Amino acid sequence: MAVGLSHFLMVSGLLFVLGIISMISRRNMIGVLLGIELIMNAAGLNFIAFSRYIAQDLSGHIFTLFILIIAASEAVVALAIVLRIYQNRATISVEAVGEMKC
Amino acid sequence: MNILMNLTLYSPELILILTLGFSFTIHLILKNRVITLSLVVFGLLAAALDILVLYAYPGQLYFSSQLSHDVFGLFFKLLFLISCLLTLIFSYDSHEIHPDRFGEFTLLLLAVTIGLSTLVAASHLLTLYLSLELVSITSYVLAGYRREHLLSNEAAFKYLLYGAFASGTLLYGLSLLYGTTGNLSFYSIHASLNSAYIDPFNLYAILFMIFVGFAFKMSAVPFHMWAPDVYQGSPTPVAAFFTVAPKIAGFAIFIRFFYLIFSNETVVPGQWEPLPYLNWASVLALLSAATMTLGNLSALFQKNAKRMLAYSSIAHAGYMMMGLVVLNQTGLSAILFYALVYVCMNLGAFFVVSVLSNHFQSEEISLFKGLGWHSPFLALCMTFFLFSLTGLPPLGGFIGKVYLFWALVSKELYWLLWVGILNTVISLYYYAYIVKEMFLERPSSKMSLQVPYVQQAILGMLAFALIVFGLYWEPFYIWIQSSLTFTIFQ
Repeated sequence: MAVGLSHFLMVSGLLFVLGIISMISRRNMIGVLLGIELIMNAAGLNFIAFSRYIAQDLSGHIFTLFILIIAASEAVVALAIVLRIYQNRATISVEAVGEMKC
Repeated sequence: MNILMNLTLYSPELILILTLGFSFTIHLILKNRVITLSLVVFGLLAAALDILVLYAYPGQLYFSSQLSHDVFGLFFKLLFLISCLLTLIFSYDSHEIHPDRFGEFTLLLLAVTIGLSTLVAASHLLTLYLSLELVSITSYVLAGYRREHLLSNEAAFKYLLYGAFASGTLLYGLSLLYGTTGNLSFYSIHASLNSAYIDPFNLYAILFMIFVGFAFKMSAVPFHMWAPDVYQGSPTPVAAFFTVAPKIAGFAIFIRFFYLIFSNETVVPGQWEPLPYLNWASVLALLSAATMTLGNLSALFQKNAKRMLAYSSIAHAGYMMMGLVVLNQTGLSAILFYALVYVCMNLGAFFVVSVLSNHFQSEEISLFKGLGWHSPFLALCMTFFLFSLTGLPPLGGFIGKVYLFWALVSKELYWLLWVGILNTVISLYYYAYIVKEMFLERPSSKMSLQVPYVQQAILGMLAFALIVFGLYWEPFYIWIQSSLTFTIFQ
């Protein structure tokens, strides 16, 4: 069986859903950040697959390169914020940051 | 098109980038806040002047159709420059912005402004995504600017969480849109959506994912949950900027994206209709009603002034969405006019809260008690801002609301009109409550509030602008109507 577009889409859809589940269910901030990375990589995989099978040019590949860069810089900022929370509260559990309530 | 023309059309952002680098270097060497601030103000004014010069150039696509040059984008760029300038000058005297780290603050705020002004000009999915992330990532840092402050940490983390989720979903939607059409440029996507039949279910899913990303920026229901927490936790001048600039940019890119890609211009000029079998406008009408009702009802019960204004800013996003629903030129110019007035009144209201929080280190509404007795100027300005937010004549907010409601009448959307009017009445309660506290209650203690002259000048200017918009709005409205040409097909 040859690998086609639908296989790529299935993997990326799975990655997207797993990323959202991980963002919602993980109690550890690092786990939540991993979920964000999964979502972005799912979209990147989509772009590469579509670029190969539908558009048949390199625009999707270039988009994916940019997504990788953005994911890296987002991770930098996110880890800096988590580090600051750890220094101030000595915990990185998501439940620890919930002082503001309506 | 040669490279010189490209750079000329991108020059406002280039000036801002140069200002950013230069002022930060100077700040590191001299560590003098006055010099840094005056450099940045000079750069911002130069960029604004440059935009005025660029009005003479005809609309066109540049940088291999990544960006579009049109008066629609220029209008929003001017708004962002004005709000960035006012925020910077106001935060100079704010205690929440640490004097030693003022250079960082200007750097981040300028970076957000560059991202916003690129975002409103985007005409390609790649530029759209990159500039949106430039805005978001720098905003997370700005929200957490007070490193030692627990609420500021919390605000940054929540902003990051919701923002990353929204932009991840947007990105997935963009990738599906690319897969359905095989193109990345707005104009090519529109052409291929029109030429081939595409399964409506597929398109609705894409539309929803993209809407998540934009609704997060506009803080529209149901993606508004982050707004009150983030605005409460961030430093007050930063919160003032967040409620104004990224929200308006969200509206601008929503208009450009949805009107260029998911709508067709009808035979009547200035009227659009959604793509056949894709009626996104009526879904948007429901969301608009939900947004303003939820924002206003939640604002009723707030004790914290910043949190109350945050909910009120959600409600105002709902009002502005009314203009998107009607899909004609009247609605769009009403949104643009409301955005102009909203910048003045919301920045002003947040700045007054910032003055109070500088003095008391707290933002409770009870602090407004008797403000009119010991600092009448501040209280008078706040009254103007609040009444304009309510929409009382003769202030700018009234004219803005009248134009929005008029757009609904022209499309015979009477149920939404009634929801809007009812919401205005509800909002009168919590805005007028603060005015009552300021003037009808005696101050609880003898004190005097020292407001620096620069801040007084800014507040007076904003209040004056609101009166001008309320009494002599016609030239501004005509200018806005002429800023609505953004459809340039190559």
